[in-house]
Amino acid sequence: MGTTSSPTAPAEGPLAKPVKELTQAAVRLAGDSGDGMQLAGSQFTATSAVFGNDVATFPDYPSEIRAPIGTLAGVSGFQINFASRDIYTPGDRVDALVAMNPAALKANINDLLEGGVLIVNSDEFNASNLEKAKYDRNPLETGELGRYQVHKVPITSQTLEAVKETGLSGKDAGRCRNFYALGVLYWLFERPLEPTIRWINAKFGKVPAVAQANRLALEAGHAFGDIAEMFTVRYRIRPAQLPPGTYKSLTGNQATAYGFVTAATLAGRPLFYGSYPITPASEILHELSEIKNFDVRVVQAEDEIAAMCAVIGAAYAGNIAVTGTSGPGMALKQEAIGLAVMTELPCIIVNVQRGGPSTGLPTKTEQADLWQAILGRNGECPLPVLAARSPSDCFWAALEATQIALKYMTPVIVLSDGYLAQGSEPWRVPDPKELPKIEVRFATDPATYKPYQRDANGARPWALPGTPSLHHRIGGLEKSDIYGEVSHVPENHQHMVNLRAQKVANVVRDIPDQDVFGDDRGPLLVVSWGGSYGAVRTAVERARDQGQKVSHANLRWLNPMPRNLGDILKRFDKVLVAEMNMGQLLFLLRGRYLVDAVGLHKVQGRPFMVHEITSKIDELLGGRS
Amino acid sequence: MSAAFDPNLVSVKDFKSDQQVKWCPGCGDHSILVQLQKVLAADKSNRDQTVFVSGIGCSSRFPYYMNTYGIHGIHGRAAAIATGVKCANPELDVWVVTGDGDGLSIGGNHFLHTARRNVGLKMILFNNRIYGLTKGQYSPTSDFGTRTKSSPFGTIDYPVHPISVALGAEVTFAARAVDTDVQHLQQVLQRAIEHRGTAFVEVYQNCQVYNANAFEWATDRNTRLDHLVYLEHGKPLIFGKNRDKGIRLNGDALEVVGLSTVSQDDLLIHDERAASSAHAFRLAQMHHPEFPEPVGVFRAVHKPPYEELLLGQIAAAREKQGAGQLDKLYRSGDTWKVA
Repeated sequence: MGTTSSPTAPAEGPLAKPVKELTQAAVRLAGDSGDGMQLAGSQFTATSAVFGNDVATFPDYPSEIRAPIGTLAGVSGFQINFASRDIYTPGDRVDALVAMNPAALKANINDLLEGGVLIVNSDEFNASNLEKAKYDRNPLETGELGRYQVHKVPITSQTLEAVKETGLSGKDAGRCRNFYALGVLYWLFERPLEPTIRWINAKFGKVPAVAQANRLALEAGHAFGDIAEMFTVRYRIRPAQLPPGTYKSLTGNQATAYGFVTAATLAGRPLFYGSYPITPASEILHELSEIKNFDVRVVQAEDEIAAMCAVIGAAYAGNIAVTGTSGPGMALKQEAIGLAVMTELPCIIVNVQRGGPSTGLPTKTEQADLWQAILGRNGECPLPVLAARSPSDCFWAALEATQIALKYMTPVIVLSDGYLAQGSEPWRVPDPKELPKIEVRFATDPATYKPYQRDANGARPWALPGTPSLHHRIGGLEKSDIYGEVSHVPENHQHMVNLRAQKVANVVRDIPDQDVFGDDRGPLLVVSWGGSYGAVRTAVERARDQGQKVSHANLRWLNPMPRNLGDILKRFDKVLVAEMNMGQLLFLLRGRYLVDAVGLHKVQGRPFMVHEITSKIDELLGGRS
Repeated sequence: MSAAFDPNLVSVKDFKSDQQVKWCPGCGDHSILVQLQKVLAADKSNRDQTVFVSGIGCSSRFPYYMNTYGIHGIHGRAAAIATGVKCANPELDVWVVTGDGDGLSIGGNHFLHTARRNVGLKMILFNNRIYGLTKGQYSPTSDFGTRTKSSPFGTIDYPVHPISVALGAEVTFAARAVDTDVQHLQQVLQRAIEHRGTAFVEVYQNCQVYNANAFEWATDRNTRLDHLVYLEHGKPLIFGKNRDKGIRLNGDALEVVGLSTVSQDDLLIHDERAASSAHAFRLAQMHHPEFPEPVGVFRAVHKPPYEELLLGQIAAAREKQGAGQLDKLYRSGDTWKVA
């Protein structure tokens, strides 16, 4: 919990329990895949966000839709970090854990801080469930949980009792137990019930009995906290001091969808989204399918290749053309991306990275597609690549990628990852009038039009089919400079390869110089990119608070890299590159800048924990006085 | 600046690009190119509204020779690229030019899904039953046992039949023509132009170098009328140089009958508009040499094309919710204010 907790404050009312003030707390809800933990977690997040805390979340669920009930394979978890100050990660270990069954306890207990609050659904700790979770003896009875504040709450039976009056069947009634657990947590952390009740009414309004049952379960859980003698204290985390404005809680995938619909609207063009369903990118497809009134043309293609090819066709015909996928789909799209590079059409490819290789860990996060993004095609095939650093930053990354794609007539890759895509944080709603302009220029003059005549940026003109007298042919065969006719002339090929490379290199003109958090020179610079930003920034902030000389640079643009990056790297004695792969950015930095950087690698399907970065910083600075 | 489009000024040469045509002498592709240029001119098509999309292979060089908009894509993906073009701008006339390898081997998946979605594309498949550009390997339409560089002992692959596949995907328009029968080829292409939705045309096309005379039975002046049956809607299936043979449905099977012994009234009547594709599929199962092979329009039915449905949903959403407003989108759902 937050490091600056105040002395216990008296609470109001005769029955009220003492309240402990904290600056931050992390909570995890864990249960079976069918227990509704993702839903309960989302509600806790929304409530905390509306309450005014800064929040960061981390859903963690199995790739099977319904793994066998009660088993370790079927455990689904949702972690929320909420605070009265800025936070960048969902938190390492948690202050409170709800375990809806023995398997959930077993899979998560090691992440609960010593002295943390453990709420278990004691009804589910029967012989059968204990066996499924591979417990020889009931952990609630062995004393092995002595390090925690254990609260055994009969959640299932209490829920059934609470919703009895609705007349729901036992099965349906039992399904409300996630709301009961949520009610207990709301009591414990002083959350308001109203946002969730509003949500329940909206969601289940058509089935009044179900709406009433969920409401009753939530209220009963909340009341249990007050009445039950097992809870001696509750916790208060005040609203955070975020910059003024209207806020909304967004996941990375929602933010990505919002970003592209915004870009297309600002450009005044239809948005074309061609995609094939794939975890963890599918929510972009879902979000965009909901908002067709923005003239969003969503095509769920027959496969990944078709999605990318349709994007090329749509770009040729003048739409803001976007596809979204994850690693395996990205691999399938690469030949077509090469065609987009060759035909120099503006389009955007979002890769929501997941654990690989092959099918890998579909629901878990990783950053191991950087090489695939930068180097992954046949021939000399460069294109701009950028990475979002947080869930809400996916919005801005989408806007920026579209600007660059249009300005330079090139495909652009946006790297997100499973952790950003499904995690959420408060997003300050921008005023559409303050958003950057997105310029679209089309060729219209047949007297001057030549398909491969470049402008000062190196971009060729965009001539839409349907424009009078600009008919021309493009394609995957090498083309002659300026005129765009098929050409196998040796010198022309060299020249065109150079021109395409130069064009992508020119993008650096639109990239801000790299900023450094902390001192601009010193003994240690930690470099991160994409989704590793939060953990690294938190670790570096903490280290600096304790007087350690360490700085942080988070790379947004991976290709091209900012102009000043080489100079920055040279100003530090040591450079540490922390990434969720086995050293892909490290390799690129060493190759490009001849810097003797070292890496911190992790490929466990989970984001970095802050303490992992901290340990490495300590180790690298340890030899110094 | 260019003048506004005047359909009365359209001529064949408008559709000829300045690129040298590089197909081999004797290749059937030349004829298809010329017939299509003629048909487009006769149809008063606007080249500025026309896009040709192809994949890879000999036939896929087609867009370079058409003075229209065009994309020479990657192997097998023409239909997918064209789907993007059509959805982005349904006003355009979008043609897909593909071959038996491009369309049915590497691109088989896109062929299937374009047909079943009924995207408004004209799709011409040049079927020469061989891989020409890679210099002579068997293709998915090569006859069983065909000897090629990659099948010196004869193929052991059973061939796929393009029209059967298209009909299996419930294509709304399927037709076949032969490269050398130029009048008929023009008629079939004109019918494809008039169709809304996916219009699929298979053209039997000679590869002079690697599979010469594969369709001699269908092109030889002396014998071709005995080996082809020209489909006409509402008419009985009659064929033969002397129009003395017909096709009869006997129970569940088709049979060739002589008109000296069987009345015309007993012959199978062609119905290209039948709601079910079963009739057309039965015709597609007629293979040389057991049967004369049908040419002409197998099926022409109407279903709303994909791009119309796509834009229809957008129009309906705008009708209901109004045109999208960013501010409204951003503030939908739960929001909160920080002062």
